[in-house]
Amino acid sequence: MGIRNRGSDLASRLATKIQEIEGTRPATGALDIGLYRDDIDTRRPTPLTASEIPNLDNKTVVLVDDVLYTGRSTRAALDALVDYGRPKAVQLAVLVDRGHRELPIRADYVGKNVPTRRDEEVAVHIAEVDGADEVLLGETS
Amino acid sequence: MIRHLLSIRDLDPEGVERIIQTAGVFQQEGPRITRKYPTLRGKTVVNLFYESSTRTRTSFELAAKRLSADVVNFAVSGSAVEKGESLKDTAQTIEAMGVDAIVMRHASSGAPWRLAQWVQANVINAGDGMHEHPTQALLDLYTMRQHFPTLSGLRVAIVGDVVHSRVARSEVWGLQMMGADVTIVGPPTLLPPKVETWGAEVSTDLDAVLPKADVVYLLRMQLERMNAGFVPSLREYSRLWGLDTARASALKDEALIMHPGPMNRGVEISAESAELPRAVITDQVANGVAVRMALLYLMLGGRDAREEVPVE
Repeated sequence: MGIRNRGSDLASRLATKIQEIEGTRPATGALDIGLYRDDIDTRRPTPLTASEIPNLDNKTVVLVDDVLYTGRSTRAALDALVDYGRPKAVQLAVLVDRGHRELPIRADYVGKNVPTRRDEEVAVHIAEVDGADEVLLGETS
Repeated sequence: MIRHLLSIRDLDPEGVERIIQTAGVFQQEGPRITRKYPTLRGKTVVNLFYESSTRTRTSFELAAKRLSADVVNFAVSGSAVEKGESLKDTAQTIEAMGVDAIVMRHASSGAPWRLAQWVQANVINAGDGMHEHPTQALLDLYTMRQHFPTLSGLRVAIVGDVVHSRVARSEVWGLQMMGADVTIVGPPTLLPPKVETWGAEVSTDLDAVLPKADVVYLLRMQLERMNAGFVPSLREYSRLWGLDTARASALKDEALIMHPGPMNRGVEISAESAELPRAVITDQVANGVAVRMALLYLMLGGRDAREEVPVE
């Protein structure tokens, strides 16, 4: 289950890789967490998209996100997941873990740990959305 | 997003599109989700209805509850209003209890506008006098968009008692804002003075308008007006401006029949034409909940935001 936007494309890529290795493709889905955020009072509402949810009951679900930072997106995604079904287990896979957690959340699968400062910005670009695969680390403008 | 929705003109085309898009998401999600969204947990919405209403109040209540807001229905009958409490005092009383949004229906045009000047809460006009009913217009625009790819250039005929209709004003202004081509049809006595300044075509001949229309929107003939001499008789009104099956068959194949409800079957619309597949009147009601959810989400979310936060 990819967290939109970029997590859902990463989830599709992972599914394709697993298919190449295992011969079967796991079900994939996309989760929009806009309605589950805990900062609704302080930020403008994000444009919503409809989540695409396969049957989750009794499945092992791997949540996929591009960047793991405070952990708040993951918390929102967990709340959303249990509203859509009752998975057997939920794991977390991220491309980049940049640290600075604000919640007790840890990834099961990490592409790369990237130590950062809070005033830095990590942007994951992927071909499906941005036209190129790259991870950019920069100062907050 | 806007602070209050008092008139459809408070929105711009971009805002209307955003509400339509968001409502579409809620509708797609609708049957799948088994629980309420937690989004507006801890927010309180008050339904302040000075006039009776079933569908609008229920629709707002369901919309707020599906987003986990707390809903208080303030019924005027049996309240301090009957003891002579003024609108301002009622507003300040409700405000003092700490609410986030007030949904107001009132018999006097402009009452929600007055209320908005007295309270910190977001105010949503759920129909004021003979003035406006913006959320009805939004759900109608949404319903039209389900059937047509764009509202721009859409030919919509608004038929009937325009002068007494709060729906008509919001409808015409909303449609014009989205680039639709509006024709107002009805007996001259039921068209508002200076209707020509509305920027819509005006006609008294329904049969000439129907073959060109993409949407025919029938307004409720307010039976209480009958004694006031606006039309000679209901039968004559129905014969000249009612939509029966013969008239419905003059419509284009893809044209829609719409009505804000409650219908007077046999007056502005015959029982048979209300049941035609092209009559999307129950869709309008169903869409009302999704559209009001979108509105509450967009208005109540981020209301304390000091500045635009970039989307992650």
